[in-house]
This record gives sequence, structure tokens and C-alpha cells, in this order.
Amino acid sequence: MRQLHIIACVKVVPKPEEVKVNPENWTIERDGVRSEINPPDMNVLEMALALKEQHGGKVTVVAMGPPMFDSYLRLALAMGADEAYLLSDRSFAGADTLATSYALAQGIRKIGEFDLILCGEESSDGATAQVPPGIAEWLNTSQITYAEDLKIVPDSGMVKAQRELAGGYEVIQVPLPCTASVKVGANEPRFMDIERKTWANAEGPVTTWNAQDIEVDPEMIGIPGSPTIVDGVAQAEATERKREFLKGTPEEQVKALIERLRPYL
Amino acid sequence: MTKSLYGAKEAKAIWVYLEQDEGRLESVSLELIGKAHELAEAQGIPVVGALLGDQVSSLAQEAIAAGADEVRVAEHPLLRQYTTDGYSKVFTELILKGKPDILLLGATPNGRDLAGRIAVRLRTGLTADCTDLKLEDKTGLLIGEVTGFGGGILAYIKCPDNRPQMATVRPGVFAVPEPETSRKGKVVSVPVELAEEDIKVQVLEHAVGGGVDITRAQVLVAAGRGCGGDFSLVNELAGLLEGEVGVSRVPVDEGWASRDRMIGQTGYVTRPKLAIVCGISGAFQFTVGVEKAEAIVAVNIDPDAPIFEQADYCIVDDMFNVLPPLIEAVKKARGGNGGR
Repeated sequence: MRQLHIIACVKVVPKPEEVKVNPENWTIERDGVRSEINPPDMNVLEMALALKEQHGGKVTVVAMGPPMFDSYLRLALAMGADEAYLLSDRSFAGADTLATSYALAQGIRKIGEFDLILCGEESSDGATAQVPPGIAEWLNTSQITYAEDLKIVPDSGMVKAQRELAGGYEVIQVPLPCTASVKVGANEPRFMDIERKTWANAEGPVTTWNAQDIEVDPEMIGIPGSPTIVDGVAQAEATERKREFLKGTPEEQVKALIERLRPYL
Repeated sequence: MTKSLYGAKEAKAIWVYLEQDEGRLESVSLELIGKAHELAEAQGIPVVGALLGDQVSSLAQEAIAAGADEVRVAEHPLLRQYTTDGYSKVFTELILKGKPDILLLGATPNGRDLAGRIAVRLRTGLTADCTDLKLEDKTGLLIGEVTGFGGGILAYIKCPDNRPQMATVRPGVFAVPEPETSRKGKVVSVPVELAEEDIKVQVLEHAVGGGVDITRAQVLVAAGRGCGGDFSLVNELAGLLEGEVGVSRVPVDEGWASRDRMIGQTGYVTRPKLAIVCGISGAFQFTVGVEKAEAIVAVNIDPDAPIFEQADYCIVDDMFNVLPPLIEAVKKARGGNGGR
């Protein structure tokens, strides 16, 4: 039997706490902002690597983004992934979920046969969570969203996971190949291996592919391939609050607070 | 340009996906019917609810009372439980038959699971996790408001050419409308073609209803990193006030609290009358989920915590110094019967 092949999709995002907004034009200033692997994607890498430890096989990391992602893909290799592909082309920029899921699906097709695609539940800069079902549709795989405790059922060609529901959970089993989004906090991501880090930086197998390499229809990627457009941006309008600082000992503060909260008690 | 399976010229009506589980409608579906009714009335277009399940047609009247003009009901024994493959197949067929102009779904786990899948199948645009909806004056195009990360940026997204214009909306953003029980609407039963082999998903275990719904709470006592995992006082205060306990992201990541209690950008948008926020610094990702509260009390040890910018009443102190006297004072103020 062919060995298990897991594709881990990751994204690199600016650290949210360092992102600032330009008050002149309400655009996001990324200059000087440090980036990181999207924190939910660390749960993806951990799940992929743990499954590989259990079942053998290979973990391939794939990301779409600018050339600077390369060094972050090497971090994933240092954690234990076997190889990485970076889909990088100016024409991918400005893609919405339809165009993004299409380009990622094409990249994965090009990588070859796979059993399981794992994605983060969301990205901390966009939080859309709609890309994984999109990839599943383009590649015609089964899907499990918000998965935790995901297991490959031996000798059955099936994968089983618990997934979140509104006010509950369920356990489902679906056939491989499957695309799953991993619930945030589903596991404790491992640290990278320092020796592997040296190897990953020097000779880690990171392949960069452009739009032509993955044979995309140029009309279906980036801005032309995105049916949605941004019509405008604005500052979130905060409700004007009283901002009254209560004074004194905790008891005095509580007394003052109770006075003010009477209508709610 | 990726073409959708049908175009704007053929498209009509606002559709709302009526999500149900075990014969109970998700409240977000009624919230969306209410909002759709408000948007559609101005434009003179109908609101259609789409209801999928097994023996669920009795729920149609709930949607009509909330503002739906018509409900299309697709019933089949194989739709008894949500499965991506079964529901996406049947719903796509419904959509291709009815050709909605706008399609709204609740941003619940299953709503997102379904929306992400069928948006690609229909080759259309999906604005995810909206925090508001409106229709553009001249064109009637749907404009979805979404929150960008960082400092509270809102982006307005539209889908000019592809149909349906799809959006998922966070639970709690809109209020559930007062039911108008005498309201009349059409209930149309739609034939469903579905075979066992269409459904590859096996549901082995299914448990709902045990969780909490913080979006309905009148009083929320919220705790974050500052509680260090100790929720005893927070639980006691919430109990006294007949409210619920909410949390920021940290307690969820730390495993101190379940995700159904999470307030904020990646959790729930809440609209309580009173929110008492303890030991939460108040990043935008959190405050977006609590800013619709009528009154906000913030307790934080750090006088510079951004939460104080968003609060009506501010107490700079350790929550563990403040909560014990507050609990005593609330017991007294409630005349000794102390809630529950």
C-alpha cells in the first residue's frame, strides 16, 4: 500500500498585537511588524506530525504567499515536516475565498496523491474558515470542519474525528481522501528540533511554484478570480462609554458600583 | 472571471438557510429572517426560508412568524442529521431551482461547513462572518460588514456579478424578532432525490443541547487570563445575577472553559444588558463581542488595560479582591433571596 501522505496548509500572518492602523486612511500598516505562522496552523502541524508518527508516511506543507514565507516553511520542516511548497506569484494577490481555495487546490493537485489535507480553523488576520470546505469541493474530497481528536481508522480507508456543533459536538467518520480543518487548541504544538532547524535552513526541501507551475486558469486567481470586492473600509465605531473610574477600597468601589447598577440587579 | 452557475438577471428573492438540529431551529436563523424581512421590505422582494431535514415542516411557521414570506421544505429520512454531502447536494439543487439573489446562513459550525462547500460548487462569492448587512441604495446589492483584525477596522464586501450573493452572519448580531403568530406565508414541500450512496459521512455520535447560549444571556460575567483558571467567584456572581459566564480567548486556549462560552471575533457576539468583565485586557478581538452590551463594568489590575476605554464603570484592582465584596453586596441588594 502507498504510504500515508498528509498535506498541511499553513499561512503566515502578521502578529495581531503588532499590527497598527493608519489613522489617515484606515489601512493596516505592516511595516516593521513581525510575522508568525498563523497560530491555529500550529495545531495543524502538530496533528499532521502526530499522525505521521503513528502511521508512518509523509507530511508535506503547502502555503500561498510572498517569498518571505520561505523561512516560515523551514520552521515547519524543523518541527518535523518532510517537504514544503510555496505557491508564490503576484497574480495570486487579492484573492477571496473562491480564488484562494482554487489556487491551493491546484497546488495540492500538482503535489500529487494525498490522503488527508489539514487546514487551520481560521486565520488570525481574516478568520474566514471557509477555505477548507472550498478546497474539499475543488478536489472532491470528504470534509470534516472544526475537527479535534482526529484518527485514521486502520485498514478502512476512513478517518474519524470529533467536531464542534452549535451547543454540542458530534463524532463522524468519512472516507479518505479528506480535507479537515483543525479546531483551535486541539493539541499542544511541539517545539522545533534545533538540529533539524540547521538542516531545514541549509538544505530543507522548499519548492516555490508560480501560477504557471500549478497550471491555474489566470482568470480564476487573484483579483480577477474573486467574485467579492471590498467596497470600502471604516473605523469600527465604538459605543461612547462613561469610563468612570471608581475610587477607594474594594468595598467602597463595590458600594459605588452597586448604586450605579441598581437597574440591572 | 469565474462565472457562477446562474447570473444576476435570473436571480430573485432573499433566501435564509433555516438551520435546525433535532427539530430545533437555531436562533441565528430567526435573527436572519428578521433582518432579511427588514431589508426585503424596502425593496419589495420576498424572503424565502430554506428548511432541510426529516419531518421538520412544523418549523416553517416559526420562520413565517419571524418574517418569511415562503418556506421551501426539503424533507428526507437521510437528511435527519446534518452531513456535508447530503445537505450540500440537496441545498445546491434547491438553490439552482429557486435562483436566490441573496443567500444568508448563520455562521455556526454547520452553517460555515455548508456555506464554504456550496459557494465553491456554485462558483460564487461568500462574505464570511458578517457583523452587519445592508443593501446598496442604487443597485440593491448586498453589502456585508466584516471586521478586520487589529485596530477595529470594518470592511464592506459585495459580490457584484456572481449569484447568489452569499453571506454567513455571526449569531447574536441581529435580535430575534418578536413572533407575529398571525402572519401568513406559503409552505412549499420540495421533492428530494437522495440515495444512501450519496452520503459517505457516518455520524457515530451526536450530542447537542447540553451547551450554553451566551448570545441570549441578559447578564454576562466574563473572565480572562486574570482569573488564572479559577472560575469559582465568577460562577457564583453569574449565578446570583441569573446570568452566564463568558470568557475571552485565553481560557479556551488554556482549556479552562469550553468554546461555546467564548466572546469576541472568533467566538460569539453577545448583547447582554450588563457585562461584568474581569481580568480581560480588552483587545479588539474580544471587545467586538461585548460592545453591544447596555452597560459594561471592567475590573482589571492594569490601569492602562484597553478594556477601560470600553467600559462604563472601571475598577482598577485584582478581580479576586473585588469579587468577594461584590458578591456580598449583590446578595444584599437582591434582598437576601439572592437569585437562584
